[in-house]
Amino acid sequence: MFKNFKHEKIETNAGLLLVLTMLAVSIGGLVEIAPLFFLKSTMEDVEGVRPYTPLESRGRDIYIREGCYTCHSQMIRPFRDEQLRYGHYSLAAESKYDHPFQWGSKRTGPDLARVGGKYSNEWHVQHLIKPKSMVPESVMPNYQWLQENKLDVSDIEGRLRALRMTGVPYSANDEEYQRNVKQFGEAVAKTLHIPDALKNLVAQAQSGNFDGDRSSVSEMDAVVAYLQVLGTMVDFSKIKPEDLVKFR
Amino acid sequence: MADNTPGQAQSKGVQTTGHVWDGDLQELNNPLPVWWTYTFYATMVFALVYWIVYPSWPIGKGFLPGMNTITYVNADGVEESWHWNTRAKLLKESQEAVIAQKPYYDKVASLPYDQIAKDPELSSFVVSAGKAVFSDNCAACHQAGGQGKVGFFPNLTDDDWLYGGSYEKINETLTKGRRGYMPPFAEALDPSQIEALANYVYSMSGGKADDSKVAKGKALFHSDTAACFYCHGDNAKGRQDIGSANLTDKVWLWADVPGLADDTAKINAIKTVIAGGLNKGVMPAWEGRLNAEQIKLLTVYVHELGGGK
Repeated sequence: MFKNFKHEKIETNAGLLLVLTMLAVSIGGLVEIAPLFFLKSTMEDVEGVRPYTPLESRGRDIYIREGCYTCHSQMIRPFRDEQLRYGHYSLAAESKYDHPFQWGSKRTGPDLARVGGKYSNEWHVQHLIKPKSMVPESVMPNYQWLQENKLDVSDIEGRLRALRMTGVPYSANDEEYQRNVKQFGEAVAKTLHIPDALKNLVAQAQSGNFDGDRSSVSEMDAVVAYLQVLGTMVDFSKIKPEDLVKFR
Repeated sequence: MADNTPGQAQSKGVQTTGHVWDGDLQELNNPLPVWWTYTFYATMVFALVYWIVYPSWPIGKGFLPGMNTITYVNADGVEESWHWNTRAKLLKESQEAVIAQKPYYDKVASLPYDQIAKDPELSSFVVSAGKAVFSDNCAACHQAGGQGKVGFFPNLTDDDWLYGGSYEKINETLTKGRRGYMPPFAEALDPSQIEALANYVYSMSGGKADDSKVAKGKALFHSDTAACFYCHGDNAKGRQDIGSANLTDKVWLWADVPGLADDTAKINAIKTVIAGGLNKGVMPAWEGRLNAEQIKLLTVYVHELGGGK
C-alpha cells in the first residue's frame, strides 16, 4: 500500500496537509490531556479549598495585570528540594477555582504557591514598593503604584458573575447561597455572595488593613490579601501523606 | 525558472524532486539513512517497555499503573507499596533523608540547648542545616546574616532582645510569632509634649538634647498623662514580656536614629514614632510551616548568631 506513496502527494496538497497535520498534533493532546478530565484520581479529595473572596479575587486580577506570572510560578513540584524550600507540593484541588490557573513553568523569582502567611503584611507592602530594600540581591522591579492606586471596585459583581459562569461557586441567589453554606460553612459562604461583594470587599480590607492604611482600599490591599491566602487553604496536618500518593 | 519534471540527477543516478534551478541546480530525494530508521524503531520498542514499567495508557476511569512500584512507610508505620509516581517517590526519598539525618535530629530533639551548642559535631550540623532553614524562611526579613533592617525587622546578631534572648524565648517567638504594638500619642498629647518626650528618649541613649525639654519629657514619661513607664518600665529598659523596647541603649528599630545626620532629624524620627505609634512588627508563627525539630535547630542557630543569652 505504501509502495507507491510519495511525500509529494501530501506536500503539494495544502488541504490534505492541513488535515493530516492537525490529526498528528491532536494525538498528543488527546492521549495526554483528555483522559485527565475523566480519571477519578486527578482531583484530590481534600477539605478547605474555597473560591477567593472579592478582595482576594481583585488582588489576583492585579497579579495577572502586572504580569507577576511571567517570573513567579504557583506550583510546587513533588521534589525534595522544592518541598524543603517552598513547602508541601501543590495539589490539583488547590487551583480548582483558578481561572486561569497560575502554575507557570518559568521561575525568575521564587514559587509563590505557599507564600501565604510566610511573611508579614508590612514585608509584602515594603517589598512590593521596593523589593531591593528587603532583598538586596533581588532583580524584581518596583511596584510602588499599587500603594498609590485606589482599587477599582466598580465592576466587582460583574467579575464574580463571570467567574460563576465558568463554574466557580459564587452565589447569585438564596438557593445558591444555601448550597454554599452547606459546602463551605456560613462564614465563607457569606464572602461568596455576589450581591454583598462590595460590602465584603471593603470589610475585609478594613479589618485586614493589609497596606497599613485604613483610609482607603488600595490595589496594595488587594494584592497582599491575595498573596497572604496562597497555599493556606488546605491543612496538611490533617492529611496522611500516603493518601495523596494515591491520587496519581 | 524551475522545471518541475521529476528526473535523475546527472551525476549519481539518484531520484530528484524534479526541480531544476539555474539550469543544473537539483534537489535530490535520498531515502532516510539506515541508522536513523533503526533508531526510530528502537524508540518505539523503548516506548513499549516504558508502557509496561511506568503508568501509561488511560483505560476507562483508570489507567495502566505499570509494574514498577515504590515502597514507603505509611502514617501507621506500616510499609506500603503503590505504583510508581512522583509523589510516592518523594515520600520515599523524604523518609530516607529523614533516616540519614535522624541521628542528628534525634540528638537535637533530646539534648538541652546549651549542650547542643557545646557539642562540636552537633553544632556544626546546626550551623549548616540551620543556615539552610534560615536562608529559606528568615532571611527575607532579617537579612542573610541576621542583621535585620532598621525601620522594619530587628537585628538578631546583637544582644538586644525585644521578647527575650534565651533559648526558650527564641523558641517561643519562632513557634507562636509576635506582633508589635504601641498606641499613637498624636491625639493624647500636644506637639510640645511629644517634642519633650522625644528629647528625653534621645537623651537616654546619650544623645545631645535640650535640657529643659529633657526635664519636661522625663516628668511626662513617668506621669499618668503619657504613662510611657507603664510599658517601657520605670527605668525605661523595656519589658520583654510585652516586647516593649529598651530606650536606654543605642539600638534602634523603628526610628532610624543611627542613620540620620543631625540631632534635630534624629529627634524628629523619634517624634514620628511617638505620635503615630506602631501597629506592626509582625513576626509570623512558624509552627504550621516548620516542624518542632527545625524550630529547635533555628533556635540554636539564631542564639549562636551572636546575641543569645
